[in-house]
Amino acid sequence: MRTDGIAAALAHVERLDGLARADSLAGRLDPRAKLATTLAFLVTVASYGRYQVTALLPLALFPVAILTLGDVPLAPILIRVALVSPLAILVGIFNPILDPSPIGSLGPFVITAGWASFASILVRFALSVSAALLLVATTGLDAVCAALSRFRVPRVLVVQLLFLYRYLFVLFGEVSRTLRAYALRSPSHPVPRVREAGALLGQVLLRTLSRAQRVHAAMLCRGFDGELRLRRPLRARSADVAFVVTWFAFFALSRAFDLPRLLGNAVAGAVR
Amino acid sequence: MHMSDALVSPAVAGSLWAVTAGVAAMSARALQRDPDDRRVPLMGVLGAFVFAAQMVNFSIPATGSSGHLGGGLLLSALLGPPAAFLVMASVLTVQALFFADGGLLALGCNIFNLGFLTCFVAYPLIFVPLSGRAPSRMRLAGATVAGAVVGLQLGSLGVVLETVLSGRTDLSFSSFLLLMQPIHLVIGVVEGSVTAALVLFMRESRPDLVSIGATPSPKPGPPVRRVAAAVLLAAAVAGGALSRIASAKPDGLEWSLAHARASAQTGPSAGPAGEPSERRDTPAGLLFARLAPGWAATAERPGNVGPEAPERASSSFSGILGAGLTVAMIALLGSGLRALRRLSRPAPLQ
Repeated sequence: MRTDGIAAALAHVERLDGLARADSLAGRLDPRAKLATTLAFLVTVASYGRYQVTALLPLALFPVAILTLGDVPLAPILIRVALVSPLAILVGIFNPILDPSPIGSLGPFVITAGWASFASILVRFALSVSAALLLVATTGLDAVCAALSRFRVPRVLVVQLLFLYRYLFVLFGEVSRTLRAYALRSPSHPVPRVREAGALLGQVLLRTLSRAQRVHAAMLCRGFDGELRLRRPLRARSADVAFVVTWFAFFALSRAFDLPRLLGNAVAGAVR
Repeated sequence: MHMSDALVSPAVAGSLWAVTAGVAAMSARALQRDPDDRRVPLMGVLGAFVFAAQMVNFSIPATGSSGHLGGGLLLSALLGPPAAFLVMASVLTVQALFFADGGLLALGCNIFNLGFLTCFVAYPLIFVPLSGRAPSRMRLAGATVAGAVVGLQLGSLGVVLETVLSGRTDLSFSSFLLLMQPIHLVIGVVEGSVTAALVLFMRESRPDLVSIGATPSPKPGPPVRRVAAAVLLAAAVAGGALSRIASAKPDGLEWSLAHARASAQTGPSAGPAGEPSERRDTPAGLLFARLAPGWAATAERPGNVGPEAPERASSSFSGILGAGLTVAMIALLGSGLRALRRLSRPAPLQ
């Protein structure tokens, strides 16, 4: 049945949302601290040179720490990381062919610049994808939005994000039911064709628009005045400050020094 | 296709974040000038609709290809460009956060490629003039397909430019372009057909909602020319400032690797395709080397030669040993902490 994709997507969002509501060490941190640290992490990852692979690895400590402190199960994060973005593959896969110049060797194997830059893209991908997912899994979209509005993101956009998220579940359900109804009535071709798109999506859109009118009426009944008030008060504690300072220092340290190489040199020297 | 965090450099990501933030602020101001409290729930629910509708694939008979709705054009026709842009921004943000489509750093690029270029360029400059006043069915469908194709071609051009400027690929600008544009031409036609079918259906069933052809600009918003000028200015300022920061501190290991490669061969200019000296010869390389010397330098870093480079290249064994140890330590730390927390957690009440 063609509704599988939507059902799976919905289950994934519900799962992340449920994780965010659970109580955990990482969950109790101020969302602003987590958002700022995640952004700093992503900038740090992106700032590495294009052939650097091993120097990036110490940064994996951040997602692993959040995963542990947030009691997040590994599977949903790993699944998303495994679904590597087609663009990253498309862009990276040509590097080993286009740039076969050697940059190092490991015994009989020659490491080429192309493979190094491709590996670097994949490591960056794994690090940045897991960090973004863990931010949501330990914070939840409501709290991220509260942090965004404190960071002076335009009000309209924050309210829009909250609304979109609230109705995502409803609309996913609506589209999913419509597709099931279609598939049951046309067993010979369960995938709808382009010329049916108008009627199929149009029906959902018409229901969506009348739903928006009902939502608006309900909001007016509850005293809506054009302003949406966020319920969660944000208070930064010393733990939040320590969290931000420690991670920023760690990112700077691993960016400034190639920690795995220093470690390798030390161990190799000791063995010799 | 979504731009990915793994492919952007901080300078490119930062520039497009700045541009996107500027357009979002202008759009938000445009909506505030014309307060309509019905629009708040409408925008939210339509965002969720576009999100869900984009997961439905429609097949094109006898071609084997399929595609989904292009959200930007439909939203622009229903809400006007400023509100449509904000809805697209929210859809892309949720996709980045929950589905890791693109990523947070590349979000600025994605909102620009898929939101700005559709709502503020393809819709007012292609769709509105082509559909004209009171268009026939064919004309409306043609304008929608043309708008979707142009929007997607621009978006894919954006992806190519952003990736090449970030210096993450060895593909030259022209071959990357040849790889991307034809795919997106096909995707654009399919997206445009799905969107056209929906726009035609909506015009017949609820003509009051789709204000196509009724007035040149359905909802008041910032004039296109002013937005375009502001975007260009913001891009130039942000790009200039950020490339200065990026080029002020060249990356140590990277230049040593580049030098190691050069010394491993006969000379720096004798390298195969993808060697820095050759990449500068691509049209984009030449253009941007002239426009923003700092930017080109971050991608290519020419002329950096270090004395200890050959030693670096030969010591990859200790580098890989260190990498293995690092990963093992982090994994051990993670699983150890996990086990510790499981032990210290109170037993569940029976």
